[in-house]
Amino acid sequence: MRSLAQTGAAARFGLPLLLAAAILGWWEWGVWYYSIPPYSLPSPSGIIAALIRDWPVLSVSLWVTLQTTLAGMALAFAGGVALGVLLGMVKTAENMLFPYAVVLQVTPIIAIAPILLIYFPAPTVVLLTAFLVTYFPVLSNTITGMRSTDRGLEALFDLYGANAWRRITLLKLKTALPYILTGFRIGGPLALIGAVVAEIAAGTAGAGSGLAYRIIESTYRLNVPRAFAALLLLSIMGIIIFYTIVFISHLMLKDWHESAMQKER
Amino acid sequence: MSRTLISLVHIRKEFANGTVALDDFSMDVREGEFLSLLGPSGCGKSTALRLIAGLADVSAGAITWPSGGSARSGIGFVFQEPTLMPWASVIDNVYLPLKLKGLSRTEAMPRIMDTLALVGLADFAKVYPRELSGGMKMRVSIARALVTEPKLLLMDEPFAALDEITRFKLNDDILRLKEARNVTVIFVTHSVYESVYLSSRIIVMAARPGRVVAEIAVDAPYPRNEDFRATAIYTETCKAASQALHGAMAAHDHL
Repeated sequence: MRSLAQTGAAARFGLPLLLAAAILGWWEWGVWYYSIPPYSLPSPSGIIAALIRDWPVLSVSLWVTLQTTLAGMALAFAGGVALGVLLGMVKTAENMLFPYAVVLQVTPIIAIAPILLIYFPAPTVVLLTAFLVTYFPVLSNTITGMRSTDRGLEALFDLYGANAWRRITLLKLKTALPYILTGFRIGGPLALIGAVVAEIAAGTAGAGSGLAYRIIESTYRLNVPRAFAALLLLSIMGIIIFYTIVFISHLMLKDWHESAMQKER
Repeated sequence: MSRTLISLVHIRKEFANGTVALDDFSMDVREGEFLSLLGPSGCGKSTALRLIAGLADVSAGAITWPSGGSARSGIGFVFQEPTLMPWASVIDNVYLPLKLKGLSRTEAMPRIMDTLALVGLADFAKVYPRELSGGMKMRVSIARALVTEPKLLLMDEPFAALDEITRFKLNDDILRLKEARNVTVIFVTHSVYESVYLSSRIIVMAARPGRVVAEIAVDAPYPRNEDFRATAIYTETCKAASQALHGAMAAHDHL
């Protein structure tokens, strides 16, 4: 990131955009030149047209998916940090609970979703799966962070008789912050994957109307441009989620943490 | 003879892994003195400091404060490393002990700024630790230890990681601070020269198990400055301390 930042905005944004323009141009030209029908492969301009034409439908789906993703993410962030603080402080709690946290994490979420659908309505399952894929990186990073406290500072807090609450808020959580933010950065985009997986598992049987559901529905109807338009919206949502977290984390660390420093030469 | 501030009587400290850090370790610390604990690594000098600070418990023996006052309330501790909080400015690092004692930032501010001025860092109050040099970080650490106006300042090889120029400068500073704040200092070091330059009294220790082997008074008045290093007393005392140190060490011991 540092070396890229130094080469300037032109290279940072210009080069990827140039590549995108080249690929899209070639794609557009190919579809036109070989007269590929839209139900096989829509052209980029066709996708944009579908996006504009179907915006009333797609915007509703976007809102549905965005809401559940953000709700699942928020729950997972809060739950992951809270549980991480507990497990990071109390060894017994970690021994008891951590194996189950691992089980929930390593079981493929796409296999859990259909089973959850037996017991819960589709929107709840979307929220649950978003939560399930997101909490683990937050949890494990928080635990590592809580354990990374400088021993000299621990001794200092002992010396001045700090109680457990101040030790957590003034020392441990501050030490853990960069770790927690890394957990957010990994977990945030996963929430979107969780939501999409659940929407797909629910499929047309579900009452959901999220973007992933819209993709499935559109392919059934051979409305391929709309499927691509929905995919485009999912990508954009993922990018925005990721960079929002990166930006917030930069704001929180820029004054003191090495990872957020600009290197001076 | 000034009053005794702390008495350590027949202290034994054994760690869970069976290492005996200190055995039958006794010493008195007198009010107002600059006492150095001089010894090779592993002689338990840092352990003695942690016991006095209440950061570890004795296995046997007793630590008493004959002049009254509780152990922790009047102690400042400077560690081998500056151990500053990287996320907090210099002000907030120095504020920490007062914050933990329940003072508001506004209430504490005059004392913080006083202490920062004393260590010569008034201009760096709002800076973060990563922007400071090693010597400046150590000054912040010293300011943090002094901000509670402790009676006793414990220093655990604070300058061991610094270059010699910075070290000499900080040696002079610490003598000046000691006078200014009228504090008793226990200073742990493995440098003969540093201990003689700073101390009014030196306790020489040996390792395995950690014990006292000699007690050397440094008969030179304060204030001291660089000229002191050229005096006969300095040379003689250094020689005596070196001999005590090496005499107590077995051939296979290493510094």
